[in-house]
Amino acid sequence: MRIALAALLTAFCALAFGQADEVAHPDPRVEKRLKDLGEELRCLVCQNQTIADSAAPLALDLRNEIRTMIKQGKTDDEIRAYLVHRYGDFVLYRPPLKPTTVLLWGGPFALLVAGFATVVVVVRRRRQVVPAPLPASDPSRASIAALLDSDAAPAQKKKKKR
Amino acid sequence: MKALRYLIPLAVFAALVGFFAVGLTRDPHEVPSPFIGKPAPAFKLARLHEGDQTFGPEEMRGKVWLLNVWSSWCVSCRVEHPLLVEMSRDHLVPIVGLDYKDKREDGLQWLSRHGNPYLLSACDDEGKVGIDYGVYGVPETFVIDKQGIIRYKQIGPITPEALEKTILPLVKRLNG
Repeated sequence: MRIALAALLTAFCALAFGQADEVAHPDPRVEKRLKDLGEELRCLVCQNQTIADSAAPLALDLRNEIRTMIKQGKTDDEIRAYLVHRYGDFVLYRPPLKPTTVLLWGGPFALLVAGFATVVVVVRRRRQVVPAPLPASDPSRASIAALLDSDAAPAQKKKKKR
Repeated sequence: MKALRYLIPLAVFAALVGFFAVGLTRDPHEVPSPFIGKPAPAFKLARLHEGDQTFGPEEMRGKVWLLNVWSSWCVSCRVEHPLLVEMSRDHLVPIVGLDYKDKREDGLQWLSRHGNPYLLSACDDEGKVGIDYGVYGVPETFVIDKQGIIRYKQIGPITPEALEKTILPLVKRLNG
């Protein structure tokens, strides 16, 4: 059991550092930061993959650029700025909040608020439409009961016919 | 007024159709370049033919020119190549090639086979200049003005339509 667990964990490590074999002497700390950063960055060639995952030659080049920058002691923000400068906000899977992205960030919340407001309005209107129950002394109660009875009777007859 | 209420879903639907009509005709691979209106990044690379000489974009100051990123391994470069050869034959605009991530001998052989429309080509064998220019799909073509400012970027092969409607009028305007 223990051996199986150890084997499984080793396999996961191999997954986590799957790209480490790109460099001759991978530094686990550099590779970890590269992976964390790369998963937030879009590969421009195959747009639905991250720079961490993509097998495109450009992604490999960019990973190597990022490795160099990490070794130079650049911060994550500096590395992101380097890529945004070249490829635009599109490389970021989390686009920044800007006048052009307000709809993107605020849109879902605006829709939520609008939906909630609609529900409130509809519920309130319904409440107004439903009349208050008639008092027991109201003379129309008797006629309503008669109507209901006369309606129920033919229905029962029909059922019997079947 | 009440009748208008029933038109709301129709209006919403029409707006949606409008968004789709615009959105679906766009090519998601054409990412707007952040370089438009910005100076062309400087570089210094060996020339392809005269290997002992270098080239940098500052050498083209005072000219409107095209920087065309190509490679011998690039299939769609072959598609646009005849158009480039035609452009250079007609002396429409000087074209500088950036031989991206290519081997020198392959690049030279490719040009001798398909024709050389370039004033000169620079060898970006490591692809670093490509990264500095935000190149992600070869071929790409930059229109650079007399002050060295990037004015337009064509992603993918130059089509006759893009040439006639966009690139040549822009070159003419920048020259004028």
